[in-house]
Amino acid sequence: MNPLDGNAIGGLLHEVFGAEMTDATGTCANCDFTGPVAQTVVYMDAPGTVVRCRNCSSLLMVFAKLHERYCVDLRGLAALEAR
Amino acid sequence: MEGTAVRGRLTWQTATVTKIIPETPRTSTIVFEVPDWPGHRAGQHLDVRLTAEDGYRAERSYSIASAPGEPVAITVERLEDGEVSPYLTEELQPGDAIELRGPIGGYFVWDPVTDHEPLLLAAGGSGVVPLRAILRNRERTGSTASARLLYSSRSLADVIYREEFERPDPGLDVVYTLTRSQPPGWRGRAGRVDDALLAEVAWPAGQNPLAFVCGPTSFVEAVAEGLVGLGYPQARVKTERFGATGGRQ
Repeated sequence: MNPLDGNAIGGLLHEVFGAEMTDATGTCANCDFTGPVAQTVVYMDAPGTVVRCRNCSSLLMVFAKLHERYCVDLRGLAALEAR
Repeated sequence: MEGTAVRGRLTWQTATVTKIIPETPRTSTIVFEVPDWPGHRAGQHLDVRLTAEDGYRAERSYSIASAPGEPVAITVERLEDGEVSPYLTEELQPGDAIELRGPIGGYFVWDPVTDHEPLLLAAGGSGVVPLRAILRNRERTGSTASARLLYSSRSLADVIYREEFERPDPGLDVVYTLTRSQPPGWRGRAGRVDDALLAEVAWPAGQNPLAFVCGPTSFVEAVAEGLVGLGYPQARVKTERFGATGGRQ
């Protein structure tokens, strides 16, 4: 399946962070690449939603939903800055 | 809290279908009445949620096809093996209720107040939907931004909003390229968008154009790379990739 981009998870991110996040700026903890969340590489066909860096493909964020609760892994992000 | 619009929160709400407009053999526009709609910007999308009798839920994102100030509408392409789009395009009737939430997104949006530079809109297939919202917004607000739409479609019959795009508008140029079949006597472009076509259609980078590129992943990457190759700064090329995937809950 082709990956999508961060625009596709605008609703999910809004649910988790309580704000519009596709225009937020994320920094990859692996390569320091910085760009809008909308430009990340997103895989939605996994059991969870997997977000990778557009520059180095490192894992940035993982979201899994279980019993109406989100489990969120943000270890791949050095920074996430909302406007 | 469900069903109550809380400021800053994104909540599911019930919308009523008011109109269904067939666009092409595979696509239809669905117009909604949404009681608590906070208003949207051109380029944003919304999520639709269907719940089966057994509680199984399927969620999909659709770009908003209407301009800010117009009733909320989406244009849906029927995917043969789809879980949601066959229902939306074939079963849904005016008067039916449906769950949606939005508007969503703040990156792939055009603002008629601040964005005056020439607009380059590149669409692959139904990626034209948010770009149509931008064009309608441009027209409705009397924006002075000149616009070019480069629209790649399988065939002429698959071109969505064709009548609308062919209305005379001195500030808008539309270039179609048909990738699979061309009608007899077709004098437009044929084949996929390549660097040569982009170089011909795209505003020169020196005019500080703003580009919006929406379509399948392969289309978006080819066009975005081509534009950067023509000197467009990455930040002036806004991209949105879509595909048949969706969330399952």
